[in-house]
Amino acid sequence: MLPINKHCGVVIPLDRANVDTDAIIPKQFLKSIKKSGFGPNLFDEWRYLDRGEPGINQSERKLNPDFILNKENYRQGTILLTRENFGCGSSREHAPWALLDFGIRVILAPSFADIFYGNCFKNGILPIQINKEMTDLFFKKALSEIGFKLSIDLEKQLIIDDGERYTFKVDEFKKHCLIKGLDDIGLTLENSKDIEVFEKRYYNQYPWLAK
Amino acid sequence: MNDERQGIVHVIGPEQGSTLPGMTIVCGDSHTSTHGAFGSLAIGIGTSEVEHVLATQSLLLKKFKTMLVNVNGTLGKHITAKDIALYIIGQIGTAGGTGFAIEFSGSTIKNLSMEGRMTLCNMAIEAGSRAGLVGVDEKTIDYLQGRPFSPQGENWKKAIHDWKGLVSDPDAVFDKIINISASSIEPQVTWGTSPEMVCNINDKIPDPAQEKKLSNQKGYQSALDYMGLKKGTSIKDIKLDKIFIGSCTNSRIEDLRRAAEIVKSKKVATNIKQALVVPGSGLVKKQAEKEGLDKIFIEAGFEWRDPGCSMCLAMNADRLEPQERCASTSNRNFEGRQGQGGRTHLVSPEMAAAAAVNGKFVDIREMP
Repeated sequence: MLPINKHCGVVIPLDRANVDTDAIIPKQFLKSIKKSGFGPNLFDEWRYLDRGEPGINQSERKLNPDFILNKENYRQGTILLTRENFGCGSSREHAPWALLDFGIRVILAPSFADIFYGNCFKNGILPIQINKEMTDLFFKKALSEIGFKLSIDLEKQLIIDDGERYTFKVDEFKKHCLIKGLDDIGLTLENSKDIEVFEKRYYNQYPWLAK
Repeated sequence: MNDERQGIVHVIGPEQGSTLPGMTIVCGDSHTSTHGAFGSLAIGIGTSEVEHVLATQSLLLKKFKTMLVNVNGTLGKHITAKDIALYIIGQIGTAGGTGFAIEFSGSTIKNLSMEGRMTLCNMAIEAGSRAGLVGVDEKTIDYLQGRPFSPQGENWKKAIHDWKGLVSDPDAVFDKIINISASSIEPQVTWGTSPEMVCNINDKIPDPAQEKKLSNQKGYQSALDYMGLKKGTSIKDIKLDKIFIGSCTNSRIEDLRRAAEIVKSKKVATNIKQALVVPGSGLVKKQAEKEGLDKIFIEAGFEWRDPGCSMCLAMNADRLEPQERCASTSNRNFEGRQGQGGRTHLVSPEMAAAAAVNGKFVDIREMP
């Protein structure tokens, strides 16, 4: 997994609440589980004016000039700023894959959907919950200042805006894994003895589940 | 694919007795919450988590907060578990359950069939909650008895003894409690692009400017623009193009029976371009055919399909074309969910059936 610790990037303001996983990556692209190559289809139905299908030449498609990702100043952005309940809907991990493939490393929002929030950490994306006031402030700046950037320091749990520092919360373990780029499976397998002991006891207690 | 038992995982799991009380169930699909209807902790997970489970037989999880949704009283005629689910989401919002596991209880839930409880738990994720569950009672046990993967003999006795304890203590403490009176639930229809954008059949499309939460106003307006609807329009004046009865929410035998009851001896309205009935599993299909439901649907002008997800998420050829409007018994009315530009209204199977024969939404309770 791609580690992340200190990150500085242009902020993309996506001014919508309840952005769902169908909007992040439409289902016709889900038939692949390669984890890469989804970037061109991120927000496909908002980003293009024609209908996206797998296998077609993405570079020949008609861009929607009004969509934020298509605007010159935001195209190179790596920090997505959005509204409440981002990532609701399906458990599909194609959503963080598409965001990462596009280049998004940090997402700032007042709230996230649970499954999506967890999926981000497993794919090298840092989702940060920020309060309403901070959200409004960053939206204002990102929409008015060309090339508005933020710096993120995961180790110190800081969002840095030109000298102003804001702290954020993150689970210690998730933070550790993201900084080191550690994969959960290896870490869990260090406890395989405990898992075996548990399973033995569990199947003794519930013999109808042991097959 | 040719096995008659194949179908949507959230239909066949319980049908086969693979879903049992007290189990921890995970599956790479958010509607795994369905299985909570059996007093199991069932949650949807992403691909990396599936990988983790297969490699380690375990999963790292943060403990959920607990929410009790108490529904008491008698449901009105033709009011179903789907209406309860949409009503609850309308009350608490699509993020209302985020971070929580929801237990559904109260006399109304007790009186729901297992199919109804599955429909309700299925929609828990649309309220933001990864897990919805219902405590075990006699109905749970009766449903499971004799299923192919249910325990048998001595193990069955041990199991039901254990399962009977899978209910919340009377003095259990919850982080949040919501009380709902069943008598206030009317047939629900979503009008927007999120399941929380829902109202009663006799309501009018709300005015975004009147929305209390200011942050919602913009979202409401863009939802109406997408849906091609105007504030103040009566839900009953909304004309439809397609009807979809199916999905892991509403494709079980009870759903098909209730829908068939409505369309019996009637015809799908001429303005409806396509009306689909898609059973959730091969066994549901077989049972429905045994009861003659297939004939009722076909004679009315519906297509009687093979089991699968079909038009719920448009991953195959069953899609809405841009701007087509559909009454659907599925679970998500997101933009593009049923096909790019498609407009989805979530309803119960009975309401979808009634909409099919009338060509527009009607109050099922007023149908002759």
